[in-house]
Amino acid sequence: MPLDEAFVGRVFPAREPYLVSREKIREFADAIGDPNPAYRSVEAAAALGYPDIVAPPTFVVVLSRAATEVIIFDPDLGLDYASVVHGDQAFVLSRPVLAGYVLVATPSVEKIRTAAGNDLLSLAVHIVTDRGEEVAIVRSTLVARSTRQVPA
Amino acid sequence: MTTTVDFDQVEVGTQLPSRDYRLQRVDLIRYAGASGDFNVIHWSDRVARDVGLPGVIAHGMLTMAVAARTVTEWVGDPGAVTEYSTRFTRPVEVPDDDEGASIEVTGVVSDKLDGRRVRVDLTASVRGEKVLGAARLVVQLA
Repeated sequence: MPLDEAFVGRVFPAREPYLVSREKIREFADAIGDPNPAYRSVEAAAALGYPDIVAPPTFVVVLSRAATEVIIFDPDLGLDYASVVHGDQAFVLSRPVLAGYVLVATPSVEKIRTAAGNDLLSLAVHIVTDRGEEVAIVRSTLVARSTRQVPA
Repeated sequence: MTTTVDFDQVEVGTQLPSRDYRLQRVDLIRYAGASGDFNVIHWSDRVARDVGLPGVIAHGMLTMAVAARTVTEWVGDPGAVTEYSTRFTRPVEVPDDDEGASIEVTGVVSDKLDGRRVRVDLTASVRGEKVLGAARLVVQLA
């Protein structure tokens, strides 16, 4: 089923502000198997010049993915999430994310197109602090594969 | 910003130490929980095959995060990464066995930029086949 192109260009409301916790950074670092002490210890982060624990480069995907749920699970869009694989991903990081930051993530739809029978959905999430400081722009393309077998 | 790599000591073509990272089913479960991405294709062989995949595949974002370690371990400071982008060119199938999938990651400095920044190109392969395409980072060096 083709995606609804009326979604292109739409900016969706941000979720409530996200408080970055030390525990979530540690949990994420554990999940990516990265033992870096700067993700766990205030002292190790301080040795790198940070006032608190620093997050891995892809950590903001926790916010950005959640922020896009309002889009990808909107029934009017017509996306079958089980048929989705990830096409591409890009982060532009204006500053390292530290524990204690309060972040606001605003999602939008940049592009919808069809390629080789698959539907491609390009999303962007703009992340700023609660003081309006730039943190990240996260872009992703989701590919809704056309090979899903429909039960008879 | 306290990187252990000095911009003046780096040249285009400088190789980063290559790494091997192993992913098993439990890692996918853990990543699903930590990231909030519970797409069924990352934990159910039944549904993965139903949508035409060979079986359960790793989250692209898990592969991307794992590959970035090659850079953050080289540079010493994870906050030094200012840009990171990739395409996902091939699914990383993670079989339900004791081996899982092994991702081999290599990196090379591909450009020196203004402001003491460098571009690093990564390759990530599973069983000799590339799983990331045009994987690039921009890193702020000392």
